Formats: sequence, structure tokens, C-alpha cells
Amino acid sequence: MSETLMTTATVAGQATTHHEEHGHHQESFISKYIFSMDHKTIAKQFLITGIVWAIVGGLFSVLFRLQLGYPDRAFPILETFFGQWAKGGQIQPEFYYGLVTMHGTVLVFFVLTAGLSGTFANLLIPLQIGARDMASPFLNMLSYWFFFLASVVMMSSIFVNTGPASGGWTMYPPLSALKQAGDGQKIGTDLWLISMALFIVSSLLGGLNYISTILNMRTKGMSMTRMPLTIWAVFFTAILGVLSFPVLLSGAILLLFDRNLGTSFYLSDIVINGEVLPNEGGSAILYQHLFWFLGHPEVYIILLPAMGMVSEILSVNSRKPIFGYMAMLGSLFAIAVLAFLVWAHHMFVTGLNPFLGSVFVLLTLLIAVPSAIKVFNWLTTLWRGNIRFTPAALFAIGFVSLFISGGLTGIFLGNSTIDIHLHDTMFVVAHFHIVMGVASFFGMYAGVYHWFPKMFGRYLNNTMAYIHFWVTMVGAYLIYWPMHYQGLAGVPRRYLDKSGWVNFNNFRDLDQMITIVTILVFAAQLLFVFNFFYSIYKGRKVRSQNPWGANTLEWTTPVNPGHGNWEGDIPEVHRWPYDYGKDGREFIPQTEPVSANESKH
Amino acid sequence: MQTFFILAILVLVFVIILQISKASEYVSQIKGYEKARKQSNRINGFMLLGFLIFGLIGVYLCNEWLKGRILGEPASDHGELVDRMLYVTLAVTSVVFVCTQVALFWFAYKYQESDDRKAYYYPHNNRLELIWTVIPAITLTVLVGFGIFYWFKITGPAPKDAMVVEVVGKQFGWEFRYPGADGVLGKKYFKKVDAVNGNPAGQLWEDPANYDDVFVEQEMHLVVGKPVQLVIGAKDVIHDVGLVHFRMKMDAVPGTPTTMWFTPKYTTKEMKEKTGNKDFVYELSCDQMCGKGHWSMRGTIVVETQEEFDAWLASKKPQYLVANPDKDPNAKKDSASAALPMVSVVAQNKIN
Ligand code: HEM
Ligand SMILES: [Cu+2]
Ligand SMILES: [Cu+2]
Repeated sequence: MSETLMTTATVAGQATTHHEEHGHHQESFISKYIFSMDHKTIAKQFLITGIVWAIVGGLFSVLFRLQLGYPDRAFPILETFFGQWAKGGQIQPEFYYGLVTMHGTVLVFFVLTAGLSGTFANLLIPLQIGARDMASPFLNMLSYWFFFLASVVMMSSIFVNTGPASGGWTMYPPLSALKQAGDGQKIGTDLWLISMALFIVSSLLGGLNYISTILNMRTKGMSMTRMPLTIWAVFFTAILGVLSFPVLLSGAILLLFDRNLGTSFYLSDIVINGEVLPNEGGSAILYQHLFWFLGHPEVYIILLPAMGMVSEILSVNSRKPIFGYMAMLGSLFAIAVLAFLVWAHHMFVTGLNPFLGSVFVLLTLLIAVPSAIKVFNWLTTLWRGNIRFTPAALFAIGFVSLFISGGLTGIFLGNSTIDIHLHDTMFVVAHFHIVMGVASFFGMYAGVYHWFPKMFGRYLNNTMAYIHFWVTMVGAYLIYWPMHYQGLAGVPRRYLDKSGWVNFNNFRDLDQMITIVTILVFAAQLLFVFNFFYSIYKGRKVRSQNPWGANTLEWTTPVNPGHGNWEGDIPEVHRWPYDYGKDGREFIPQTEPVSANESKH
Repeated sequence: MQTFFILAILVLVFVIILQISKASEYVSQIKGYEKARKQSNRINGFMLLGFLIFGLIGVYLCNEWLKGRILGEPASDHGELVDRMLYVTLAVTSVVFVCTQVALFWFAYKYQESDDRKAYYYPHNNRLELIWTVIPAITLTVLVGFGIFYWFKITGPAPKDAMVVEVVGKQFGWEFRYPGADGVLGKKYFKKVDAVNGNPAGQLWEDPANYDDVFVEQEMHLVVGKPVQLVIGAKDVIHDVGLVHFRMKMDAVPGTPTTMWFTPKYTTKEMKEKTGNKDFVYELSCDQMCGKGHWSMRGTIVVETQEEFDAWLASKKPQYLVANPDKDPNAKKDSASAALPMVSVVAQNKIN
């Protein structure tokens, strides 16, 4: 076992080099913390890498918000740090677009996909279904290291001379296919594509592992319908990823070919800077189909784990069963299926056949039905509960609020007639940040606050947690709610300075307000990061095995579970995970046999 | 200096928060965690209620603040459909928004932990669940029905009498071509594009339909009340023809022509009066990220009466003659400008 580990260590290279001279007894450190195959450690690796990326991605947004809020102000400090990219203290267009692209890519893929699924699928699947580890701990480890490699490549692309990729996180060709089209379309875009390819490998390895673990390694008595909704959510997430990421991979590889081997998959009829290119017969729109065939499932890949955790946390903290478990499951299933059938709603105005467009309108608005069911079920879960506002519970409530707000704006966009006006405006930016960006972050925070005691055997500091929640909650609405008005006014997205426009230039005060709030919200996230690392070492120690009084299996492990999770046998499961407040009892763990005189549900 | 000041304040606030956090940890240690927890539960319960109340007031105030800045009346027939659909959807979603948000925060506040309440064991209720599946489904069907009906009206074939204009996007500007008297756009082929020799659109001069086509940059002229069909393309990367006032939008894709049509309702002059802004112009924005100049890829549109339009078009020389000055009957008079065809067009637009 440890031999395989060491070979992998040498192959993967960089992380081990500075340990080399320490010699023999380093092995255990390396296999315990670095090339670990323990799902709990891998979860922490995903989480911490995700946090690092979130800081980077968040910082980028602060920088480009400075430009948006104060387009004609100079910030000399920027020139100090970024040199020619911020000449005269002003963010240059190439830099702006590089920042926006990296912000989107990093947060969508590296934070909210890898950081979210990677953390909680890894942590919770074995612990909640009653398994000692993943089906393949080795592939699980590889999944993290492919993610790490992807991260290294993406990070390096930020430092190349011509700058990182700058074609937007969707990377549409021909812009992204033509090196002549701009600086960001040079080596930066190649690195972006390579990094994404590595990322997809990581995602597939992880996903296959999650699926097989859930299907095969459940403990005795843990039938599929006794699984907590968290597990169902990561299960559907993994299926979505396994079925859709390969399509993006093919899209990315064809793009690499077009860029470097002279093929014409996406290229036709191009004259750029006066130069006539030979390519004919390709279709630029093909890429958009491939991209959104992943891209739309991807938004649910980001959202479903958050939904699962929110369901679990709301139930635990209202001391009440989740309302409508089967309906929650059914709607997860419906969302997962429909997620594959709506991708062209991102393409209503690409010249798509209008009839096809109308089919996608129908399917898109159909997806709002299971979303609505989920919302009503969460509301009913709170109704007549006995709610404890732990930081996790607050973030879960915040999630529901944001999901409502952002889901409703989806109904505008999914209606192609309205989308003609709103497509590619700030309205879309507001929509997806609320429903996906901020909401999933809330789900993730809820998860971190709730399972931190399981991960590190300590609590996070509550005061900081409450400040973190309230600043973020208020800030998120202050930032994104008024942004819808910009979109209704038709202000296009990705406009770094609107002063040259007669009709878009009347939101200066709003843009400044948003920028200021962005900085404050970013600061609140740093507070969380501080709390996180501080509490790992200094947080209040967890003394009770089951601090939240929860039913699920992870709370039957020791406070600091070792490799293998349970010291004796894996416990057997006798009931569903949501027996809270039943027959006058606070909670009944899944491991407790059903007694003869218990009421049925 | 100011930056430094702000940073210093942020750091200070940070330090204060840390100290408070540590202190409150000690306090709850002394008081007992259970008691401290119950206290913070009550505080957060009130905050949630406050968030709801101030949030709804905020939504109202935000609307008062910004509603005047979203576009007024749509300036095309299709725009009316788009706006009607938008306001119907807004009405429906507003009701849902208020009801669900109120329920969420009210429940959270009302059912906060209390020693004399037990949570109600309520795992499911099939009738309720059926109700809230069916109601959204019906509502959405109605919205989809209207939406698709309008969508087909907007994207259906253009009327026979529509005028045709070709719009082409390039990094970072717009080019327009008018079919001239024959009403037909001449053939073109991208490998013939040669801006230096007067053929920026790549027209095939052997096609007679090209003889009278007029080529202009940056400014498009349209006739009020007359349907127009835009034939849209791009030279280099994907752009998007965004016409906010007409509520229309269509991608410009290299290699795959797209179209859209609409009927402008008001002349530029009328819009100046309507908006009370004497600098008003219809703007054409590029709405699809197309490179570093994306944000400045601006065109303008003049909507005018038929006579004004005819006069304007007559003042333009067909591109065929610009590129082939030897074919021009009035060549002598214009030889100076014909030598520098591109410059003259650009200059003309600057003046406009
Ligand atoms: C009620 C359900 C929803 C509907 C009907 C809906 C509809 C749409 C439509 C039609 C667009 C394209 C808008 C445009 O580009 O013109 C869009 C954009 C987007 N939506 Fe949603 N949406 C819904 C929920 C969600 C959810 C739950 C998520 C994420 C978890 C999400 C994430 C996104 C993202 C990321 C984009 C923008 C991507 C981009 O262009 O960069 N949406 N939505
Ligand atoms: Cu989508
Ligand atoms: Cu453009």
C-alpha cells in the first residue's frame, strides 16, 4: 500500500520535493496528510483548496468591481501590484476581461464544483451510509490530485506574459479559438483548456467513486430510501457530472484542435484584423451546444449538494422531519432529468430555430415545478418546528430565501420572449449569482458550520459566524437585487465602462454602492476564513458525540474518527433519518430499532 | 492615502470583532453554553423578522429609486409584446415572492425554539403536495402559452414589404449594407473581403445585384413605421446586435447568418421629445463578449421618415462605384474621395 503511495508521490512531484531530505519517517506524514486515502482527509484537502481558490476568485471580483464602480478613478496601488495590467492605476480592458473570466471559472468549477462536491461527497458519503471509506480510496486520492494539477495549471496561466484566458467563463469560439483575437486568446487560453481537461478527469474519477460507493457500500439496513437527502443529492450530482462532463471535454478538445492543429470544427468565414482565414464549414454554435449540454447540468451540479445539505440541516434544527421526503426525492430526480433537456435556453438568440426554442421554453419552465415543490417543502419543514438558529440553520434559511428570489427571475429568462430583451444583460448576472453563486455558497457555509465539529473535533466561533451570516445575507441582497434594474434597462453584461453610452450611463450611484458593499462582503468572508483556521486549532472542543442531536450515522462515530470511521462494527440501520419529534421524543437515531408500540408514518 | 485609511479602518474593525468574539466565548463559558445559546437564538429570531420587514421595505424603496431608469415605452411593435409578457410575469412572480418570503421568515421567527413547545411530527401530506405541484404547473403553463405565442409572432417570417438591411459585426464596430433600388443584397464571399481596396463586405462584383448596394459604417438608418428585416453576420468572432429600445437582440455569428425583424414606432426626433433628452439616440450595443473592446462596440440608429431616409440613401455612393471608380459616370468630380474610400466613409460618420 504505502509503496504505491510513494510512487504516486514521486510522480506527482512538486508537493514532495521540499520534504525529501527529511528521510524515512516523513512517509507517515505524507501518507497521512498529503497523499492520504482517507476520505475525511481528502474532503479537507478539497475544502481547503476550495477556500484558497475562493479567496483568489473573490479578490478578482473586488478588483473588477472597483473598475465598475469607479471607471474614471485611478488606484495607484493597483499599478504597484499589477504593473502594466493596471497602467496609471486603472484596470486595462485585457486585465478586466481576464479577471472576469478567471473569477467565473474559478468559482463555478474550482470552488462550487470541486470545493463543494469534493468536500461534502467525500466527507458525508461513507459517514452517512455507514462505510469505512470510498469504494476506491486510491481513485479518490487521484481525483484530488488531478484537481490539484488543474489548479496549478490554472494558477500558472495567471502569470504568463500575455495574461490568462479572457473569453468569459463559457469560452465561446471563435473568440477563444483565434490567437489573433487578443492577448488573452494566446497561451492563456491553451492553459485554460488543459486545466479544464484535467479538472474533468478529476471530476469523473470522483463522481464514479461516489456513485459506486453509494450503490454498493451501504451498511446493513440502509436501503436507498433510508438515505439522508444529502446523500441523494450528491448521488444525483455525481450522475449529472459523469454524464455531462465528458461532453465538455470533447468540446474543449475540439477547441484545442482548432487552436493548434488547423482544424475547423468551430470556424468558418473568418476575417480578423484584415487577415482572411482559410477555415470553412465549421459551426461556432456547435461549441455552445456542447458547452451548455454540460453547462446547464453544471449549475445543478453546483446547486444539488447545497439543496441536500440544506434539507438535512433544516430538519435537524427545526427538530422536525423533512416534510415530504419522497417528494423531495422525486423533485431531485425530476431536476436531474430535466437538467439535461433545457440547455438551449442559454441560446435563444443565437439564431436557433424558433420552434426548437419554444420546445426549450416549455422544458425550462417545467423545471420550475420541482423547484417550487422543494421550496414549499422546506417552508413546511419550518412550520411548527422548534427551530434552533445555529449558524448552519441560518445559512440554510438564507439559502431558501435566495433560491426563491433567484428561481423566480429564472421564470423571466426561461420565457424566450422576455429573454430576447434580458439575454446577456446584468439581469442574467443577478439571476445566476443569487440562485447559484450565493445560494450554493450559503449551502456550503451551512455544511461547513454543521459538520466542522465532525471534521475537526472543534466548534467554529459563534459570534464570528453570526456576523459572517448577517453581513453576507444583507450584502448579497444589496448587491444583486438592484442589479436586476440595470438588466431591465438593457445594460449589457461585461461592460467595463458605460460612460460612452447615452442609454446605459445612468447607474453610476448604483454601481458605486454595489462596489462598496462587495468590499464589505468580501471582508466578511475573510472573517470566516480566519474563523475557520483559528478554530481548527483554538476552537471550543466538541465533548459530545452528537452535538446537534441528529439521527444520521456520522454522529455515531467517535468525536475524532480515525481511518475506518467506526471503532467496532459498523452500526446497523433500522429507520429513516428524520424521526425528529416523534412520539414525544426529541430524536431517534437511525441505529435504534423500531419498537413495537411506535406510531407509523 | 484614502485607500490606506480605508484599509486601516477595515483592519481595526477586524481586530475589534475578533476581541468581541473571544470575549463572548468566555462569557458563554461562564454563563453556561445552554443559556448563551438560547439568548442568541432569540436575538437571531428577531433579526430574521427584522430582515423580512426591512427587506420588504427595501424592495419597495429600491423600486422607487430605480424604476424611472429602466427603459420607458418600447419603440417597436415587438417590444410591446416583450414588455407585456415581462409585466405579466412580474405580477405573477411578485405575488409568489412576497408570499413565500413572508412565510419563510415568519415561520422562522414564530417557531423559534421555546421550552414550552414541542415540534410537530409532520412528515408528509399527499394532498398538500399535490396542490403545490398542480398550482405552479398551471401557472407556468399559462405563462409558457403566452410566451410561445408571442415568441412565434416575433420570430415568424418578416412581412413581404419589409426593407432589408445587412448588419455585420467585427472587432469592434458595425457595418451596414443596403440593397439599393433593386431591393436585393448582392452576393458576397468572405475571401473577397479587402477593405483597403474598397470591398470591406466581400461583395462579388460580378453579381449585378451588387451594383447599387450601399455600404456604411457605425450608423444605421431606418424608416419609421416600416418593417425592417436585419440580415446579421459577423466577420471575426461572435457579436450580438442588441437594440434595447426595440427590445430586440440577435447574435451575429461568423459563417452562420441570422435574421430578425421589427417595425420601429418612433423617429429619433419623437424619442427625444418622449424621453425629454435632447441627446437621445438609439444605440446598437454588442451584447456578446467579443474581446477587449466589447464594452465600446457601439453603433447608432437613426429612425426617420421615408423622405428623410430616401434623401440620406441617395447621398451615398454605391460601394461598387467606390471600389471601381472607373465605372463611375461622375468619377471626375469625386476622384479625391474615391481614392480614399474608407476614410471618407468613416469621416462622414464622425460628422453625423
Ligand atoms: C426556476 C428555474 C430556472 C430557470 C427557469 C432558469 C432559466 C435560465 C435561463 C433561461 C438562463 C439564460 C439567460 C440568458 O443567458 O439569457 C439562465 C441563466 C443562468 N442560470 Fe438559470 N434558471 C433557473 C434556475 C437556475 C438555477 C437553480 C441555477 C443554478 C444553480 C441557475 C444558473 C444559471 C446560470 C449560471 C446562468 C447564466 C450562465 C451564463 O450565461 O453565464 N439557474 N437561467
Ligand atoms: Cu441553464
Ligand atoms: Cu462585439
